Amino acid sequence: MTAIGQAVGNTSTTQLLKSIVAANRRAKTRYRLIYSAVWAIILVVLAIALGTTGKIDFAFIQKWGGFILGGAGTTIVVCIFSITMATMLAVVGALGRLSSNPVINGVASFYVSLVRGTPLLVQIFFIYYSLPEFKIVIPGLEAGIIALGFNYGAYMTEIFRAGIQAVPKGQREAAEALAMPGNLVMRRIVLPQATRIVIPDLGNQFVAMIKDSALVSTIGVTEVLNNAQLAGSQGLQFTAAFLVAALIYWGLTIIFSTVQSWLERRMARGDR
Amino acid sequence: MSVALGEVVVTAHGIQKWFGPLHVLRGVDLEVREHETVGIIGRSGSGKTTLLRCINFMEEATVGRVKIRDIEVVADPLHSSSRAQQEQIRLLRLHAGMLFQEFNLFPHMTVLGNCIEAPMRVKKVPKAQAIETAEKFLTKVGLIEKRDEYPPRLSGGQKQRVAIARALTMEPDVLLFDEPTSALDPELVGEVIRVMEELAHEGTTMIVVTHEMSFCREAADRVIFIEEGVIVEEGPPEQILDDPHDERTRQFLRRFLSSNSDAIDAAAAAAPAAPALDAVRAANDASQGHG
Ligand SMILES: Nc1ncnc2c1ncn2[C@@H]1O[C@H](COP(=O)(O)OP(=O)(O)OP(=O)(O)O)[C@@H](O)[C@H]1O
Ligand SMILES: [Mg+2]
Repeated sequence: MTAIGQAVGNTSTTQLLKSIVAANRRAKTRYRLIYSAVWAIILVVLAIALGTTGKIDFAFIQKWGGFILGGAGTTIVVCIFSITMATMLAVVGALGRLSSNPVINGVASFYVSLVRGTPLLVQIFFIYYSLPEFKIVIPGLEAGIIALGFNYGAYMTEIFRAGIQAVPKGQREAAEALAMPGNLVMRRIVLPQATRIVIPDLGNQFVAMIKDSALVSTIGVTEVLNNAQLAGSQGLQFTAAFLVAALIYWGLTIIFSTVQSWLERRMARGDR
Repeated sequence: MSVALGEVVVTAHGIQKWFGPLHVLRGVDLEVREHETVGIIGRSGSGKTTLLRCINFMEEATVGRVKIRDIEVVADPLHSSSRAQQEQIRLLRLHAGMLFQEFNLFPHMTVLGNCIEAPMRVKKVPKAQAIETAEKFLTKVGLIEKRDEYPPRLSGGQKQRVAIARALTMEPDVLLFDEPTSALDPELVGEVIRVMEELAHEGTTMIVVTHEMSFCREAADRVIFIEEGVIVEEGPPEQILDDPHDERTRQFLRRFLSSNSDAIDAAAAAAPAAPALDAVRAANDASQGHG
């Protein structure tokens, strides 16, 4: 700023620039204040409205809140394992969908079509209830992880495929011109760049999965919703129980969205 | 130029290329000898890029064969994806470095990373040795101080010089350049051309598709004029640029001149008596800050 002032060689210009910066900062602060106030007001109004219904028993929440929150650990574990499985399936699936081999491509596209064309809940039930009829018994937690991973793997296959295709053709050509064999081109040049492209989508998928993981409560996995159901029926306080569950899911998604945007900003600041 | 030419390193024979119904290369024969620098000129769409890409099979010719050193690949579009053919093409590429208009550095690797990736993973050179070689060539192109920088932070001219260093680390027998300076801001062209001229004078074997006539004149041992997928005329740069025999070459150079008329005007103002071609050369040289 002083440099500009010197360049202009005029103190009143320097003054003006300073005032502009200060005014901008004030406007930004005011915007943030109002924005936060809106959130606070809506929250308070909702809380009062719910309070006046008389359906929220704070003694109940005190007694069972911790128990329901305890399910968050399971929810997170389920999501971390599922997203890991889904990511691995998605990379393989995407390579398959881009393969010139009709067998590999056929298998990959069949997987995507079948999984995307059927409800997640049906897939969960199939793995948990149907497979035992074929003498394959998978406990609830594992069944839930497999079903979610399998399901998200199909959606993420398309995300990874788009990511791989978004890597400029010149990158592959430069690698090939350096006599790199195909698998090396993919592993060292294309996939790392595709991963950067899809990381925002991966984050979105993870947040979506936190919510979809509630479906595994139906097969007895003691995560947030399952615990809330149990607590609700014990105390006959369903509104309070599910309200707590909803708030926990909401909190989790906010936390992971924040982590995600922090990571993205850090990556953007890096070598790009 | 300053190094005596050696044996034939690159042979492209009977190269024809169709893109669908479009007959882009109509039978091109090309021999390049060790230490030779060949400039390829011709109007847009004449098939220069396609010819260059057919030499290292980035584009597979419809008919023809290419031999670099002891590796020969015969175009076989019916079996181009066969494992044997792919491997043969890969071996051919070990002998040929390629430089692109858009540089194509790997953005997720440092400058040094770009330069050691292929030597280490393709040629299995030990890391320490790969780094040593990379640093040698980065020094050569004047960018050793950027070794830990990421490519998106370099200027276009610096990117292309890193790309040249990267290609050199593979110690190829020939370098293929496809308009290496045409994506650059005019003031950055000179630094790349200077590196290329130095390579040419040291006896690096190069095939250069270019619109930089001054480079052809200064560094090429031979200039080839291509039109509609055939070599119309070839010879020493002075002959092709100053005394072309074929009417099509003459026409191309005339058009090329008039499209560079700004440069001519500027040069003509400085040296009114100079013949037109020399005027262009002077203008090019001036805009590149050398010569
Ligand atoms: N992949 C492709 N598919 C179809 N046609 C192509 C393809 N690549 C090039 N062509 C066509 O082949 C012809 C020759 O193209 P080429 O890129 O070799 O010309 P060039 O001499 O390099 O031109 P320029 O000076 O503009 O780079 C052009 O008509 C072009 O449209
Ligand atoms: Mg071209």
